[in-house]
Amino acid sequence: MSATTASIRLPAPQSPTKLAIRRFLRRPAAVFGLFVVVSFVAIALSAPWLAPFDPVKTSWTLIRKAPDAAHWMGTDENGRDVLSRVIWGARASMLAGVVSVTIAAFIGVPVGLIAGFVRGRTDTVLSRIVDAMLASPFLILAIALAAFLGPSLQNAMIAIGVSAAPVFMRVSRGATLDAGTHEYVEAARALGNPGWRVAIRHILPNIVPPVMVQATLAIATAIIAEASLSFLGLGQQPPQPSWGSMLNAAQRFLTQAPWLAIFPGAAIFLCVLSFNLVGDGLRDALDPRGK
Amino acid sequence: MSSHLGARIAQVLPTLLLVSILVFCLQQLMPGDPALVLAGEERDPAVLAQIRTELWLDRPLPIQYLHWIGGVVQGDLGFSWRIRQPVVSLVATKLPVTMQLGFMAFVIAVCIGVPMGILSAVKRNTKWDYLANSIGLAGLSTPNFWLGIMLILLISVKLGWLPPSGYVPLSEDWRLSLSTTIMPAFVLGNAIAAVLMRHTRSAMLTALDQDYIRTARAKGLSERVVILRHALRNALVPVVTLGALELGTLLSGAVLTEPVFSVPGFGKLIVDAVFNRDYPVVQGVVLVTATVYVMLNLLADILYVVINPRLRGA
Repeated sequence: MSATTASIRLPAPQSPTKLAIRRFLRRPAAVFGLFVVVSFVAIALSAPWLAPFDPVKTSWTLIRKAPDAAHWMGTDENGRDVLSRVIWGARASMLAGVVSVTIAAFIGVPVGLIAGFVRGRTDTVLSRIVDAMLASPFLILAIALAAFLGPSLQNAMIAIGVSAAPVFMRVSRGATLDAGTHEYVEAARALGNPGWRVAIRHILPNIVPPVMVQATLAIATAIIAEASLSFLGLGQQPPQPSWGSMLNAAQRFLTQAPWLAIFPGAAIFLCVLSFNLVGDGLRDALDPRGK
Repeated sequence: MSSHLGARIAQVLPTLLLVSILVFCLQQLMPGDPALVLAGEERDPAVLAQIRTELWLDRPLPIQYLHWIGGVVQGDLGFSWRIRQPVVSLVATKLPVTMQLGFMAFVIAVCIGVPMGILSAVKRNTKWDYLANSIGLAGLSTPNFWLGIMLILLISVKLGWLPPSGYVPLSEDWRLSLSTTIMPAFVLGNAIAAVLMRHTRSAMLTALDQDYIRTARAKGLSERVVILRHALRNALVPVVTLGALELGTLLSGAVLTEPVFSVPGFGKLIVDAVFNRDYPVVQGVVLVTATVYVMLNLLADILYVVINPRLRGA
């Protein structure tokens, strides 16, 4: 008697992370966005070596010079090199984006996790507070907070972070409520894990993907918000360079020196667009059903 | 339907109460003594004490809040420290300007965003879809104050077609009024157009997948009728409600757009108040904005029920 054996080769199971990376890399727009974001981060980090001139050094002989071989983006109303200020401005924008979103996530994620995990009255009270914060448009709340805290980049980051926190709370609460219905949470509870351990060890790692997508999109919003606050004089203070404050100064010289307005604005646009592309790409990669 | 609306309206009151507490607490973030800010160079302890008494700053915080909210309920938002006018009258003067701008911006946003969303959904995964999506994403990524500056540079400075700044009320000269407000309205409408485009596209894609669309096509109706009379009518339900929510973002957009175009509206009022450290005006404006925003949320909910036939009988 002969036994016939047929072997079926099943593809090795792939981790969700690898699948998400593969899906992300299949989107050219998202890859382009990531490339630009990485470039901006590199520019921000290497600003001291990359900038051809001192960004705050004034020169009365170089006032409002049009772009040329020596000054690729021209000079400003105080004779400072615009390219060097745009490069250093990347540092303020990136810092504001990352720090304010970190503040927002540090406030919003734990609150959302508690609201979604504990539920009941705690959830109702926390959700009402978040509703109240969301009742005021994000930028107006950030402006009001920055106005009361006083004008500085540090206060602008705090104001943006606090104003953006309710959205993180909403996202993480929703994700926690969703995760709470899964069997692994029930299993963790059945094994006798205390509530805090279930929330931190089992639910928190599983709400990271939606929080990450939100964080990427929030960095784009935070960069625009920082530029807006600096444009209004509530962010980075002169003479330190910031894209928003450069645009504010440029308004006065639109007819004589249009390049002062073009380059910092283009930098904000490109940077925000890239973060939005990465955020959209991440969202599609992590949740292909939502596409 | 009425019970749903009743519950929704009942939710608004505690939200507004919490908003008022948050807005009141803003003042506590202020570094230093508000009386010193108001007194300026004056450092006479008697004058400072008088200011503290007048502003109720010498009372406990809960009492200060009750005094303030009591005034707010009666329509008293406080008194501007710099302009020496009631905040309510300042808001009442500036709000119509921003409302005119906001209305124009919304019309522009609907005229651009909705057709682009329809085109993008109908021509899904074609170059038209990619183009509409790219324009939408670019709209979302452009800071409106930069767009404003660029438009002034191109349309006013280079081409000389429109005045770069200023404002003329509609009642004075409607042509001049439109010429001064069309650029800021376009800038304000730009970001909303992008959001509306995305919502319309998504709602149209959902609608186009439904059985009634297949039935309409099977009946031999033209593609134009299928899209405009069947798909769009149903897709517009979520778009209208989300559009109402976007009206609230117009207020924050105005904060950046109005100073660029020197439009003396609500946005410029808050910016000027911030620079003059006129905190009662900042508080008043934030409270009014939040109240308008909450009411728009409520309006969106009511609209959703009213225009959605399935919810009308519920």
